[in-house]
Parts: sequence; C-alpha cells; structure tokens
Amino acid sequence: MLSIKNLHARVEDKPILKGVTLDVPAGEVHAIMGPNGAGKSTLSYVLTGRDGYEVTEGSATLNGEDVLSLEPNERAAKGLFLSFQYPLEIPGVPALTFIRTALNAQRRARGEDEIAAPAFLKLAKEKAAALKIDFEMLKRGLNVGFSGGEKKRMEIFQMSMLSPKFLILDETDSGLDIDALKIVSEGVNALRSPERGMLVITHYQRLLDHIKPDKVHVLAAGRIVASGGPELALQLEAEGYDRIVGAAA
Amino acid sequence: MTLSTALKTGDLSALPSRRDEDWRWTDLRGLLKTLPPVAPAHDGEVPAGPFAGLADAETVFVNGRRVAASDAASGVVALRFVALADKASQGASHALVVKPGESLVLLESHEGRAGAYVSDVVLDIAVGEGASLERIVLVDDEAEAVNVVTADVILAPGAKFAQTVLTSGARRQRIETRVRHPGAHAQVRLDGAYLLDAQRHADLTSVVTHSGLDGVTSQLTKGMVTDQARGVFQGRIVVEKGADQTDARMGHHALILSDKAEIDAKPELLIFADDVSCAHGNTIGALDDEVLFYAKQRGIPEADAKAMLTVAFVGEVIERIEHEGAREVAAAWVARKLGSEA
Repeated sequence: MLSIKNLHARVEDKPILKGVTLDVPAGEVHAIMGPNGAGKSTLSYVLTGRDGYEVTEGSATLNGEDVLSLEPNERAAKGLFLSFQYPLEIPGVPALTFIRTALNAQRRARGEDEIAAPAFLKLAKEKAAALKIDFEMLKRGLNVGFSGGEKKRMEIFQMSMLSPKFLILDETDSGLDIDALKIVSEGVNALRSPERGMLVITHYQRLLDHIKPDKVHVLAAGRIVASGGPELALQLEAEGYDRIVGAAA
Repeated sequence: MTLSTALKTGDLSALPSRRDEDWRWTDLRGLLKTLPPVAPAHDGEVPAGPFAGLADAETVFVNGRRVAASDAASGVVALRFVALADKASQGASHALVVKPGESLVLLESHEGRAGAYVSDVVLDIAVGEGASLERIVLVDDEAEAVNVVTADVILAPGAKFAQTVLTSGARRQRIETRVRHPGAHAQVRLDGAYLLDAQRHADLTSVVTHSGLDGVTSQLTKGMVTDQARGVFQGRIVVEKGADQTDARMGHHALILSDKAEIDAKPELLIFADDVSCAHGNTIGALDDEVLFYAKQRGIPEADAKAMLTVAFVGEVIERIEHEGAREVAAAWVARKLGSEA
C-alpha cells in the first residue's frame, strides 16, 4: 500500500525529514507519534504535495505508483486523503457543493462517470446521519463558524463521501472533547477495511484508545527512531518522549 | 469632457484624458486617435438578449438607434444596447421616469457582438416619491471595444434605488453612476462585480451625493482581475452640509490572480455634515494558498479551485440582487465567465 523509503524533505532551507522509511500495508492502521517539531505534519504535507515542502531524496509510492511527482489533486484522485489538523473555512461554498465538486473531479481523473445529483444527495444524507451531522449544516459555507469538533466531523464526513484508499489523519484529536472524539473515532473505524490503509499522526496516546493501531512508530528529529505494537504508545505516555527518543539517539 | 460630446462633434480634444482627475485610470484621448464612422442602421434580426423571457416589455437600441420602444415604467422592463457594427461608433441616450409609488425592475444589457466598436450610452433616470427601481446592468463587451455608460439618477424623498453592475470589461470601459440622494428616508444600494481577464479594462465609478437628512447608502463592489487585466474602482460618497443622520457604507474588495494584473481603487467619503455614520472598506489580495491547497487535496484541480473560490467571492454581490430571475441570470453569467461548473 503506502511505501516510504529514505524520505528527505526540507522547508525553505531547513531539512525536516532526514530519512523516513515506513511501510503501511493495506488493511493496517499505523500511528506516528512524536514530540513537537519532529516532522509529523511535514510528513503529511510532503505526502500530499503542499507547496513549499521540497523532497530532496527518497521515494513514496501508493500501491507501487510514485506519488511525489503528482499534483495534489492527482494524488487525491489516486486515493490519498489528508484530514487536516486545522480544516479551512470556505465562505460562499456550501459543504455539499465542495464535496460534489471534489468527488466528480476525482471520478473524472480516474475516467469514471460523474455522480448524479440524486445519488449524491442520498449518499450524503446517509453518511451525515451516521456522523450525527445536521444535514442543514451541509448547505452552509464549508466549516464557516463551525466549532473545532464540528470541523473534524466534517473532515470525516468528506472522507466517507470520497472513500479514499489511504487516509492520513493529522492530529485529528486536537481540539476535541471526549464526546466529539468518540464520534470522530467511530467514523474513522467505520472506514477501516482490508483494502484501506491509515496513517494516524498524533502527539497523544488518547486517540489510540479509540482508533487502535496495528503498529506505532516514533518520529523524532526527522527519523523513525522506534517502532512497535500498540504497547509502545502506552510506554510513551507513561515514560515521555525524552526517554525513548534519548535511548534511540 | 465626454465621449458623447466627442462623438457628436467629432472633436477628439473633447475626450477625457489622464489629465482629468476622474479619468486618470481610464484614458480615452490617449487611446482613440481617430473616431470610427457612425454605425449604419441594422435591418434584420436582433439576437435575443441575456434577460430574454424575464421582462414584460423592452426598449432596444441597435447600433445606437432605437428599434423598439416601450413606455412602460413599472413591472419588469428590459433595456438593451446592442452593438452589431464592427469599427463603428454609436451613441445613445435614454430617459426613464419611475412615477411616485411605482415599482420598476430594469434589466439593462450592453451586448457587444461586433469587435472594435466605440459606444456611448447616457441614461437619465428619475425615481419619484416612494417609488422603487432595481437596475441590473449586464455589460458583455467585445475585447476590442470601447464603451462608456453613464447614468444620472435623481431620487425623490422615500425613493428606493438598487443597482448591480456586472461586467467583464472591454479594451477600455467605464460604467459611471451618479446619484442625487435627497436623504428623506430614500435608500440606495449600489453594487458591482467585475471579472476581467486577458487585457481587459473596466472602470466602475460612482458618485452619491446626500443632500438631506436621513439617507441610506449601501455600496458593495467585488472584482477579480487576472492575466494583464486592469480594474478601476472609484467610489465617492458626498454628504452635504445638513445631511445629518446619513448612513453610508462602501465596500470594495478585489482579487488579483496574476502578477501582471492591476487594480486601482479610490474610495472617497467627503463629509460636510456632523452627525453621520459613514464607513468604507477596501481590500485587495490574492486567493488564500492554504484554502487552495485544501481544495486541491480533496481532488479539485487548481484552475477549478480558483474558479470555485472566485465564484464564492463574488457571490455576495449576486445574492443582493432582489429580482429572482435576474439573480439567476447573474449567477449563471458569473459561472460562465469563470468557467465554473457550479
């Protein structure tokens, strides 16, 4: 599924990723934990192609296909989805319009037919109900005036509408109270499937109580310094990053 | 110093030039070294206008000549200025009176279909006591055209005047509106949207003069320029001595989507009364890169994302159009100009 090899990247002249190697097979959920400044968000932006993040070495492939040479929208059409730490507000573009535009652009890029309006609305109603999203909210400007929890729920909603092959969740737990965290986690868990991989980026262990990872990696100073099972997250929570990062250095 | 004088007299020195303060960004004398011959009369079919089917009556000018006239001054009336002669000039003037208590929706279109014409339109509009006029002006000029549209609007006490100008520019184009506002609970809404690409130019100029107590003016213009286009916004609100309790707000907000595009904006509030509430806001910027990346990450190609965000940006002006049919025509026009599917 997602295969990252010796990935180096810099922002302006500053090297941030210094040789990340990681394999997430289909059907698995991997967590990336790490202290602030370790390069967690950089990794998500490099994989999705944000301007200003320059790859200097290494590769990243999705199902064997290079993603780093593609435009961000082409990567999305290949099935890569990033749930943003801070989802953007788009005044004047209703959520439904935004998602339908995105879905149809992806389908066109893949040579598929566009989804017809009635089928789209039916799908949106089902998915919104499952995430306890008021359908009327979807007719308003995307994320405009939404709380942090509502924005994250809207990310999960977009995810379930677009049905990507590979999900990257960047600090999805930030700004969520415990009820919102449960709803969001249930939404993510509903998307777990043998064909789909996930990379869950988080600073804290608590999200991993709800989205149980198959593997946990620790990213520090631009490299994976430790990998293990779910117990590694608990160990980090108990002992702090310093000890593990220090031991690896 | 007007184009209409120059067209009537053939005197090029009557053209406004950059030395005229109000025309410094829309120089006509420097551009027009000769005046093209007067456009011939057109006999034959006139293609349907952009508001076809919405109006109860219509007045039509073709090549500067009136070919259909309606004296209706209430209900929904179309007013069309159609240019069908290439390398020709045309001048037209028209007067309109909305009688006290009456209500009129004016669907005005400037339909360029002929290449390099020079067109001048002068409108005199009077809105009677307690009457209301909504004027929607759709200006679809050719890239090589020169077009000046000037409207003088006189309002009686308690009158309502609402205007929305939509334009995609021309080689040089000026849409000017001058409003005599008596105060006296009269209300003015003065809106505009310009969408300019290639080397197109559009100048939206307005002067609203409040001369009495208790007047309201609300002005919102939004624009987008790309390629080497140039947008000009000159908005002046004058509050004369004694025009207290005037409430006037002016907003001009524009997007510049390329390095070579340009916007010149001059918002002015000239206030000679003491007790007024006036404000203006003027912002010019690019589309937010973070929002663009967000849209692209969801699979929307960059050009589509820009179009979608620009449609949304201009949407605020479109939403303020009261006549539903005209609002739909305006929204579709914006989407078409921006190549957006939505």
